[in-house]
Amino acid sequence: MDRTERRDHAERAAPTLAVFKLASCDGCQLTLLDCEDELLALTGTVRVAHFLEASSAVRPGPYDLALVEGSITTPADAERIRAIRASARHLVTIGACATAGGIQALRDFADVDEFRRTVYARPDYIETLATSTPVSAHVDVDFELRGCPIDRRQLLEVLTAFLAGRKPDVPNHSVCFACKRRGTVCVTVARGTPCLGPVTHAGCGAICPAYGRGCYGCFGPAGTVNLSALIPVLHRDGLDDRDTERLLRTFNAAAFAPYDKEVRP
Amino acid sequence: MTHRGSRVLHVGSLSRVEGEGALHLSVSGTAVTSARLQIYEPPRFFEAFLRGRAHTEPPDITARVCGICPVAYQLSACAAIEDACDVEVPDPIRELRRLLYCGEWIESQTLHIYLLHAPDFLGRDGAIDLARTHRADVERGLRLKQAGNAILELLGGRAIHPVNVRVGGFHRAPTRAELQPLAEQLRRAMDDALATVHWAAGFEFPDAHCPYDLLALSEPGRYAIDTGTPTVLTEQSDAVRQFALTDFTDEVVEEQVPHSTALHATLRGRRHLTGSLARFAINRRSLSPIALQAATEAGLSGECRNPFRSILVRAVEVVYAVDEALRVIAAYEPPARPFVEVPPRAGVGHGATEAPRGLLYHRYALAADGTVTDARLVPPTAQNQGAIEEDLRRIAETALAGRATAGVGGAADTGTVDDAALTLLCERAIRNHDPCISCSTHFLDLTVDRAPLP
Ligand code: SF4
Ligand code: SF4
Repeated sequence: MDRTERRDHAERAAPTLAVFKLASCDGCQLTLLDCEDELLALTGTVRVAHFLEASSAVRPGPYDLALVEGSITTPADAERIRAIRASARHLVTIGACATAGGIQALRDFADVDEFRRTVYARPDYIETLATSTPVSAHVDVDFELRGCPIDRRQLLEVLTAFLAGRKPDVPNHSVCFACKRRGTVCVTVARGTPCLGPVTHAGCGAICPAYGRGCYGCFGPAGTVNLSALIPVLHRDGLDDRDTERLLRTFNAAAFAPYDKEVRP
Repeated sequence: MTHRGSRVLHVGSLSRVEGEGALHLSVSGTAVTSARLQIYEPPRFFEAFLRGRAHTEPPDITARVCGICPVAYQLSACAAIEDACDVEVPDPIRELRRLLYCGEWIESQTLHIYLLHAPDFLGRDGAIDLARTHRADVERGLRLKQAGNAILELLGGRAIHPVNVRVGGFHRAPTRAELQPLAEQLRRAMDDALATVHWAAGFEFPDAHCPYDLLALSEPGRYAIDTGTPTVLTEQSDAVRQFALTDFTDEVVEEQVPHSTALHATLRGRRHLTGSLARFAINRRSLSPIALQAATEAGLSGECRNPFRSILVRAVEVVYAVDEALRVIAAYEPPARPFVEVPPRAGVGHGATEAPRGLLYHRYALAADGTVTDARLVPPTAQNQGAIEEDLRRIAETALAGRATAGVGGAADTGTVDDAALTLLCERAIRNHDPCISCSTHFLDLTVDRAPLP
């Protein structure tokens, strides 16, 4: 084999990666391009077969690993996700949109027709579903990576794990644990700043408290969520019911809703 | 296939842009009778669900409109809300905002240059493919992008959807010592930024001309980024016209078109373009000496109306952003407090900043307790869509007529440009401006309707 043949051969043998996008802001797939130090090494070990934001070369499936960003908000996307699932050996959802419906799931609590009329003069031109649902509501998902946006280190861990055929080491504990590890003074204890850290999934490295603000829940619910203990603390720190509801209903509104309903039916 | 006869053509998907869209061309002979950029990115209804939120929330919420330019959304939102509440932020905070925005300009413009746009000039599918033949160039691009991200991470907490921005300023201001390593990284980035201009200046540029009004913010003494007055440079004259931000939606009129989920905006019916070409045409005299010199060396002496050359203008803007970031860091004195209080009051506020891809306008109406009662966001893509369609029409027509379309490939020289070549050219025309399609509401299906010749 000459060099080109060897390279082509090695490439055919490399696992294939595909990245797909549904309703989203592109932030999570951009996280992959933000791995500046690892990007070229990574593309030496996987074959990027479909990644529209990065390449116009599109190869047909099946793919070894598909990353999906974005939520299902249109009938066409509900169809598309089935085709994506059928083309992927492993399907991993990335980000709050794909794992929880994202910010656009705020429509689940509202009248979508009214939303349509607010934004568009001709709402009849706009096709949309009344809900914004996570990918797992439509097809089987092999792994869900949280965050709005996802964390670069966690993404690299998930990619490495799937390439090695092992389970990703992504802990289920809350942002509070990460805060302690980082040595950040608790903003709630020290300053009475309302913070969702106790009920929010770790992964970001506890950024907000380190910058002096309360966590606003962008990684969605942690493995265990004790809202009945947290809500009185939020009230003590100055949030009324409406503020509390708004805090829980932002980037992972649909994921926090069931817990909230248990506590404040 | 020939360009005669009637048919419909579907071609692949628009890549190396942000969002999903399709293109519909109607062709009769060598004439393009209509070019429609169809954006079918699902609507996400930000303007609807912003209503009822607290006046402190739009910066975090609207950041999620676009992962490529979250700072633009955060700072336009802050500007509009502070305007509604009649609060002015002091200079040290304004300068820190400018530094954060420089980070986004460096990161986002470099992403556009190296990952989305340059592969077109070098006949490559993308940056990963480009790295096989131009590894050192791609590595330089990634390094430069990283320098932008370093600013965002230090000042914002993270590069995508920074957490440290708030109405009135920042949650936490950095110390002088924290900024020092950043200054060192930026000094190295300056070499990479200058090398980028030099590299891009060596590309082969097809001839093209965009005859639209140009719209950018402008302010005395410096290149507008985070603030300024809307300024129009009309197509026919050197005269500029300014209008008040409060008149924005009277001047920039959005209309809905049936073929797109993105609204189309015009300057009261006239097609306009916003973004790097507009900023450079209107503000180039305010560039710093090193950026101005880089522009001149790259052959950009006056305004540039060739959309293919936008990559050069973008590279010059990266030089400026690196230089400006270094200036802000050198002059930095930490503010006494990282933010000023922004007590709510009933009112309407307007804010606009220069997102990497163009002017981004926000307007909020607030109730006395700060509840948002109405929100309006006018992103660059909505404004550029009409100009992009016109570009597509002209460039496709030139290609169909077999005229000067260097780099088109296919059978352009014989006057029968094939569909693959036409698609490639159309995609390039879009990537020249890089519509952040996710802003408006990614993916190009090219449909060509060819009418039989009479
Ligand atoms: S989860 Fe957040 S960052 Fe990711 S695509 Fe959705 S809105 Fe963007
Ligand atoms: S602290 Fe909370 S809101 Fe802040 S980045 Fe982490 S998960 Fe997101």
